[in-house]
Amino acid sequence: MNPKQHEIDPRQLLQQMLLIRAYEEAIVAGSGTGKIPGTCTSVGQEAAAVGVVNALAGDDLILTNHRSAGHLLARGADPGRLLAEVMGRSDGYCRGHSGSLHISVKELGIVLTSTIVGAELSLAPGVALSQTMLNRPGIVVCFFGDGAACEGSFHESLNLAALWNLPILYVCENNQWQAFVHRREATSRDHIADWAASYGIPARTVDGNDVSAVLAAAQEAAAQVRESGRPYLLENWTYRTRGHFEPDDQAYVDPAEREAWLARDPIAMCRDCLIADGHLTPAQAAALADKVASRIAVAQSFAEASPFPDVSELTRNVYA
Amino acid sequence: MTTLTLYDAVGAALTEEMRRDHSVLVFGEGIATKRHDLVQEFGARRVRNTPLAEGIIAGTAVGAAGTGLRPVIDLLFAPFLCYAMDELVNSAGKLRYMSGGQFSFPLVTLTMTGAGWGVGAQHNHNNEAWFVHSPGLKVVMPSNPADAKGLLKAAIRDDNPVLFFLDIGLLYQPGEVPAGEQTVPLGKAAVLRAGSDVTLVSYGKTVHHCLQAADTLAGKGIAAEVIDLRSLKPLDEATILASVTKTGRLVVVHEANRLCGVGAEIAALVAEEAFARLKAPIVRLGGPDAPVASSYPLEQAFVPQAEAIAAAAERLCSYQHA
Ligand SMILES: Cc1ncc(C[n+]2csc(CCOP(=O)(O)OP(=O)(O)O)c2C)c(N)n1
Ligand SMILES: [Mg+2]
Repeated sequence: MNPKQHEIDPRQLLQQMLLIRAYEEAIVAGSGTGKIPGTCTSVGQEAAAVGVVNALAGDDLILTNHRSAGHLLARGADPGRLLAEVMGRSDGYCRGHSGSLHISVKELGIVLTSTIVGAELSLAPGVALSQTMLNRPGIVVCFFGDGAACEGSFHESLNLAALWNLPILYVCENNQWQAFVHRREATSRDHIADWAASYGIPARTVDGNDVSAVLAAAQEAAAQVRESGRPYLLENWTYRTRGHFEPDDQAYVDPAEREAWLARDPIAMCRDCLIADGHLTPAQAAALADKVASRIAVAQSFAEASPFPDVSELTRNVYA
Repeated sequence: MTTLTLYDAVGAALTEEMRRDHSVLVFGEGIATKRHDLVQEFGARRVRNTPLAEGIIAGTAVGAAGTGLRPVIDLLFAPFLCYAMDELVNSAGKLRYMSGGQFSFPLVTLTMTGAGWGVGAQHNHNNEAWFVHSPGLKVVMPSNPADAKGLLKAAIRDDNPVLFFLDIGLLYQPGEVPAGEQTVPLGKAAVLRAGSDVTLVSYGKTVHHCLQAADTLAGKGIAAEVIDLRSLKPLDEATILASVTKTGRLVVVHEANRLCGVGAEIAALVAEEAFARLKAPIVRLGGPDAPVASSYPLEQAFVPQAEAIAAAAERLCSYQHA
């Protein structure tokens, strides 16, 4: 099944973005008081995650990285189990063995998450090879950052995917930052999409803060990968409005650039647009926010009630 | 004396060595952002942020080191060294030898590892022994700010590649650091506490656990000698052997897992060179042969603690040959 844009209620997209924001704000608040470990948040990038994930079919497989909360929640992960994982508790999706940086959820098709920048890119061709050789229907979606595109694995991955005709939708979240380095200081071109052409891979850059634009571009891209069985690269042009990893004072950030992006907050833009188009009343928007807030409160109590793993867990799944 | 954290001691060593020698430069992912004071003093040519690409960072450093510069590179967390393995192991470690001595590679690689931040197995992996096992690389891991500064100054002055491991758990702990020109020679261990009953050998944060254990043991009438290796290669064999010759008992402690770890090498060394002096079997305490979990209590449980060290030493002291 290919999800069609008209089947997706735009209010659902807004609600998912609100959930991601509330989830990450709870983590930020909790890490400020030492209750929750710090994470790499995706605040400001919610539309990029939600737009792409909603363009996917249930049998598509996702590879992601350290900044994954948006991908996980948009795909339907339970915020309580996610938070439990972040807090190192036994009810976390990875039993507390992962923490925030490498959460995978096999039952949702979120496979082989790695925090080694570029690892998702090296693993994606193999995942797509399995899909192809085992005649499985889903395509492979590989989320990565502009920084990851600087690793050799990006270039090696694109070359192989093009050469072997692998059905991979590469999604670059170009959030302008590579930890504490601005992308201008680290990449020879503004757009990662430009690099795809040298491997004969079609590519496009989209406004990553406009959720309907991302959704439309991702639907088109995913359809192309499905039909051609070949790779495609979609670049979401967006901005990481918080620091690299909590806590981070962002002293190195150009305030004017950040302000300009804050003025284009993906959630506010989507909400205002829905209200202007008559899809949503301000009261309904407030009700959505309340609904999300109570879901996060439940998630937090669940995670806090979950026990830490027993010391015997140190060697669970150790085979060599 | 001044009081510095280990992180700031590294900064002080970089500053002093960059002042002293204009061929020293530093680069890495974000080092110019995080150590902005270096950019202010030495300029953007000698302090560079790089693209996110460990292979080319290390390769560039090796190329530069072989042709006149003295680079210090920051590769962040030890697991990321995997991306730079070819450049460090096959180029930095071998090309002096393979060129018949025509080139040398004065190059320092900074990296962090160890329990403390709960960031999981792809950030925390004490893989220092891999490099000890690779010909042509020197390896150090200080346990305190003074040694960090002195060892880094010596490493920068050394004409060969040095892997410089920083223990995450110690990074922001303050310590006394002698002011000015004070180097700590590579390959020289420190005897932090003298004792005649049992030798505790360690490096990094578990040195502190050994010192705590020595306190406990003293209360029970056991005098433990504590050796901080500081350098893993070259290894200060003489200091280890002299101590075990005196005490006849050895506990080697490190956070890295035991299998083929530095402790295995030390145990073999002592078995080969001081067998006749041993009054009890050698004990190695290390992390389990497993990746490190992120969860805080599991991360802590991975690391050998003072109680386990004291218990092991006590067992050795009451050991009776059959
Ligand atoms: C191989 C490797 N090098 C460095 C890091 C440290 N690190 C984690 S995230 C990050 C920045 C990644 O930038 P980008 O790929 O643009 O993703 P973003 O964090 O912006 O989402 C860095 C340097 C890492 N995890 N792995
Ligand atoms: Mg980025």
